Amino acid sequence: MQDIGLSAHKLSVHYGEKAAVKNVSLDFADRQVTALIGPSGCGKSTFLRSLNRMNDLIPGARVTGDIWIGGENINSPQTDVVLLRQKIGMVWQRPNPFHKSIYENIAFGPRYHGIRDKKKLDEIVEQSLRRAALWEETKDRLHNSALALSGGQQQRLCIARSIAVKPSIILMDEPASALDPVSTAKIEELIAELKQDYCIVIVTHNMYQAARISQKTAFFMLGEVEEYDDTDKIFTNPQKISTSDYITGRFG
Amino acid sequence: MNAKTADKIATALIVTIAAIIILILAGLLGYILIRGVGHISFDFLTSPPETIRAGGGIGPQLFNSLFLLVLTMIITIPLGLGAGIYMSEYAKPGRGTDFIRLVVEVLSSFPSIVVGLFGLLVIVNLFGFGFSLFSGALALTVFNLPLMVRITEQGLKSVPREQKEAGLALGLSKWKTIRSIMLPIAIPVILTGTILAAGRVFGEAAALLFTAGMSSPRLDFSDWNPLSPFSPLNPFRPAETLAVHIWKINSEGLAPDAPEIAAGASAVLIITVLLFNMIARWFGRYVHRKFTATK
Repeated sequence: MQDIGLSAHKLSVHYGEKAAVKNVSLDFADRQVTALIGPSGCGKSTFLRSLNRMNDLIPGARVTGDIWIGGENINSPQTDVVLLRQKIGMVWQRPNPFHKSIYENIAFGPRYHGIRDKKKLDEIVEQSLRRAALWEETKDRLHNSALALSGGQQQRLCIARSIAVKPSIILMDEPASALDPVSTAKIEELIAELKQDYCIVIVTHNMYQAARISQKTAFFMLGEVEEYDDTDKIFTNPQKISTSDYITGRFG
Repeated sequence: MNAKTADKIATALIVTIAAIIILILAGLLGYILIRGVGHISFDFLTSPPETIRAGGGIGPQLFNSLFLLVLTMIITIPLGLGAGIYMSEYAKPGRGTDFIRLVVEVLSSFPSIVVGLFGLLVIVNLFGFGFSLFSGALALTVFNLPLMVRITEQGLKSVPREQKEAGLALGLSKWKTIRSIMLPIAIPVILTGTILAAGRVFGEAAALLFTAGMSSPRLDFSDWNPLSPFSPLNPFRPAETLAVHIWKINSEGLAPDAPEIAAGASAVLIITVLLFNMIARWFGRYVHRKFTATK
């Protein structure tokens, strides 16, 4: 049994009266990729966004249940969300680099968290970019705008940005769905690489992607987890008919 | 009528309307400029006005207009930014904020003469600031503020949600996210709004008649101590602005060249507003480039 990186217990999300996520309990192991799959509107993204309290921003959203990280329930009003979010990186569907230079995109977080030493920051920038396999492409133009990068490069920059503040968990919400196949392949390679150090939870619409990169897969439907198991098992020998129907493309 | 013909007619109609608007605008601008530009000279721009003789200038008025603009903006910008940020990022949506928004809308559509009279009653008399630049600036703040608040709010709302989330997800505090991630993106929008607000200050007359007054003391442009009564920088002296001056000499000017002076002053007013717009636009782009490192 591996360490538990993150654990949700009876987590529900309501938008007003409507329940988007119902009573979901899932454990996400450290140093492993867990994929969340399911048809559109099944609540997988909503669930993901609850894990770093991002749903706090949505007016009318109510998250109930527990989320455990290292013995602390972070879904409580006492939790310091600012502190919490340093431990959890996030990557969005569309690349969203800050409207700043490549260097600043990475250095911004660490500097805010107290690292003022220029040398140290340079180091973090280089390490993070290397980690995200972006260093070679950008080392000569670190001070150019991040917006001039291609979509795939921007997405890798966003990953570099999130690992620069040294989180232990990375949440990814369809990180490759807005990218071309070559960029997608690079992102997948990168995820496989990052898995050695992080607990990664990834929402994806692409079942081949889930099969390629994840060790565990949770199948969501109508706000509930239908099935959660090793990825191999889900894709070769699903226990439920709905799971098998979905992964064979009968609906969704 | 088939779709293609309808499309052609619609296009022609829209182009015609646009052309008419441009013609009206060009006609107005051209008329004012052609009538007035001939009268503009260095002397005209710097010398004080004459009451009865010909050859007066608009120096103090021009200075008053610019100074009033600065004063008003010093009051408006921090208040407007603060309120706008609050409305966009901190206020919980609900009846309270809807009500504030309604008040802001009403405030911005107040007739300026009413604001002027309110200024006379409350700022000039009740608070005892007298006819002064400061009273004028406060009166102008009353209807500049709503614009500023709305523009700030819109500017922040136009920032993509993912940008805000990216900031928060990095563990930045809310204020840091607003200040360092969102505001730089919103700045071109906010600056455009500030220009609009400033343009109104420059052209406003009715609200200033009863607040900043219709006369200027004999200004001593060698005395820059803001506390001295004849110093141009004293904010508590009465001040006739360019727009008020145009109104005054048009309605009760005694100088034989009053129509020319009015025409010249109008041209100066228009040119200044144009200049101000262009400079501020350029500045907005510059700031955007600087803050966002885009080319």
